[in-house]
Amino acid sequence: MNTEAQAGDGREQPGAPSGLRASLLKYAGGLVLSIILTLVSFRISESGAVWPGGVPVLLAALAIAQMGVHLLLFLHISSGPENTNNIMSLAFGVFVVVLVIFGSMIIMHSLDTRMDNMPDMPAGAHAAPAMPAP
Amino acid sequence: MSAVTDDPVQTITRPVPVSQRGPAPTHVVTTYGMWLFLLSDIVMFAAFFAAFVVLRDHTAGGPDGRTLFHRHTVLVETACLLFSSFSCALFGLGVEYRHRLATYAAGAATLALGAAFMVLEVSEFTHMIAIGAGPGRSAFLSGFFALVGLHGIHVACGMLWLLVMLAQVATLGFLPKVARRLQCFALFWHAIDIVWVGVFTVVYLGAFT
Repeated sequence: MNTEAQAGDGREQPGAPSGLRASLLKYAGGLVLSIILTLVSFRISESGAVWPGGVPVLLAALAIAQMGVHLLLFLHISSGPENTNNIMSLAFGVFVVVLVIFGSMIIMHSLDTRMDNMPDMPAGAHAAPAMPAP
Repeated sequence: MSAVTDDPVQTITRPVPVSQRGPAPTHVVTTYGMWLFLLSDIVMFAAFFAAFVVLRDHTAGGPDGRTLFHRHTVLVETACLLFSSFSCALFGLGVEYRHRLATYAAGAATLALGAAFMVLEVSEFTHMIAIGAGPGRSAFLSGFFALVGLHGIHVACGMLWLLVMLAQVATLGFLPKVARRLQCFALFWHAIDIVWVGVFTVVYLGAFT
């Protein structure tokens, strides 16, 4: 994509005289891409043009894409040697975030479906067998 | 390097290994430390996201997100943060190129957009509390106020930090240490924006799906 090429140029020549122009192009590209992704997200959630089951997945993909745009174009995360430590810690951070969020969702959903006497219990939870006695 | 270049394999020109380059420049070390702080901050946000996602359907008979949230307000809030992220980047460029007017203009724009976001969010919160949908109403609303409120606190702290940075540019000028602090502020501000992408997708748009 065009903007990615600009990002690459800005990274490879940080002290060059054209640095200001490259930086401005990079930030403007980040802004435009973010605006497009945001508007698409909002349109998808209200238009009903997309099959409803696919909306959450599409929204998640758009959000991750926008976070990627921010990381690349605003936070200057790149594959450069100075960034190795940042990338490693980013990978660990993403790992922990995914673990916490999806781990909680899976565990709490599982508990929800196993618990009796809950007013907000989803349908069919009665069918789940009681916990075996130890 | 002298000991290593005798090795025939090493005579081929290759980049110096990280371990032999000596200490990293200060700006690299500083931004790495800031980056670690931001990642731990995002891990804390992950816990709040997890709590919200788990509790989102537990409205205890109270209002749910579909009736409470206004998509247009959220869109304007998102625009405020997006453009403030852009002007924050320009603020950094202004300091890098030592252009006083551009620095102040971009800093003021960032501050104004942050303030507009805060006004919208606080008015949304007070409206929700006024109609009886405060954090005590249901588990869903507790999770909502905790997550979105935490993000709002971050924006408020960022605005305070930005005021301090503007004062430092005014009094100290474009010293290297001011530029480094500003680099850290820019990282913080962009990270808040990244968290907001998650907030508007999961909390607000997620309520309508």
